[in-house]
Amino acid sequence: MKDVKSQASKNAAPRKPGGLNSEIQSRIGHQLRAMYDDVVRQGVPDRFADLIRKLDVPEAQPQVEGGGGSNDNNGRD
Amino acid sequence: MPLTDSLRDEILASVPSLRAFAISLSGNSDRADDLVQETLLRALANIDSFQPGSNLPAWLFTILRNLFRSDYRKRRREVEDAEGNYAKTLKTHPSQGAHLEFEEFRTALDKLPQDQREALILVGASGFSYEDAAAICGCAVGTIKSRVNRARSKLAALLYVEGAEDFGPDETVRAVIGGSGG
Repeated sequence: MKDVKSQASKNAAPRKPGGLNSEIQSRIGHQLRAMYDDVVRQGVPDRFADLIRKLDVPEAQPQVEGGGGSNDNNGRD
Repeated sequence: MPLTDSLRDEILASVPSLRAFAISLSGNSDRADDLVQETLLRALANIDSFQPGSNLPAWLFTILRNLFRSDYRKRRREVEDAEGNYAKTLKTHPSQGAHLEFEEFRTALDKLPQDQREALILVGASGFSYEDAAAICGCAVGTIKSRVNRARSKLAALLYVEGAEDFGPDETVRAVIGGSGG
C-alpha cells in the first residue's frame, strides 16, 4: 500500500486556482477511469454472450429449399 | 461484411467497454444493459454495413451513443426523477469513505451537459482518440476537444472548489488505518 506513505507526507492541498489544475485534472482522470474500469472488469455477462452466440447461427432452418411444399400451407383457412 | 467467427469474437470483446460506456452515460446499470442489448441487436442486424478493417469498437459505440440519445429524449423526465431518488439514497451512507467519494464523482459527472459528458468519457476513459470520438459523436475534432476541456473544468469546479482537503486518498487511508487498529 503505497498510499500509506503519502499519508505521512500529508497530501498537499491545492493552492492557487492557477496551480491546482494539473493535480486536479489527474485526479479527475483517475476517478473517471476507476469508475469505467470497474465495469469493464466485470467482463461479458452471460446474457450478452448468449445473445451473440444465438444470433450467430443463421436461423432459416425450417424452410424447405426445393420448393416441395409439404410445409407450405399458404392460403389455407 | 458477413458475421464471421472472428467478427463475433470482436463484438463480444467490446461488450465490457460498451457496458462501461452505457453505465457512464446513463448512471443506471439496468438501463445500461438494455442499451447494450439493443446496440448488439442493431449491430448484428446491420453487420453488412460494417466496413471490414474499420474501427469496430467505434462503430459499436456510435450505435450505442445514438440509441442513448434518442432514448434519453423520451425518458428525460422519469430519469431525472430516478436520479433524484438515487442521490438521496446515497446520502444516507456518509461513513463509507471511498464509496462516498466515488458517488460524489458520479453525481458530479451526471451534472455535466450530455455533450460534455460523453466526450469526456470517450476520450478520458474509453481511450478513443479525439478523431474517433469526433466520429462517434458526429462533430468536429475541435468541438470534441473543447467539450472535453469544459467537462474537466466543470468537474474540477464541482468537486474541488470547496473543501478540496476532504478529498483524496488521505481520507480513505486514515479510515482504513483507524479501523484496523484494534
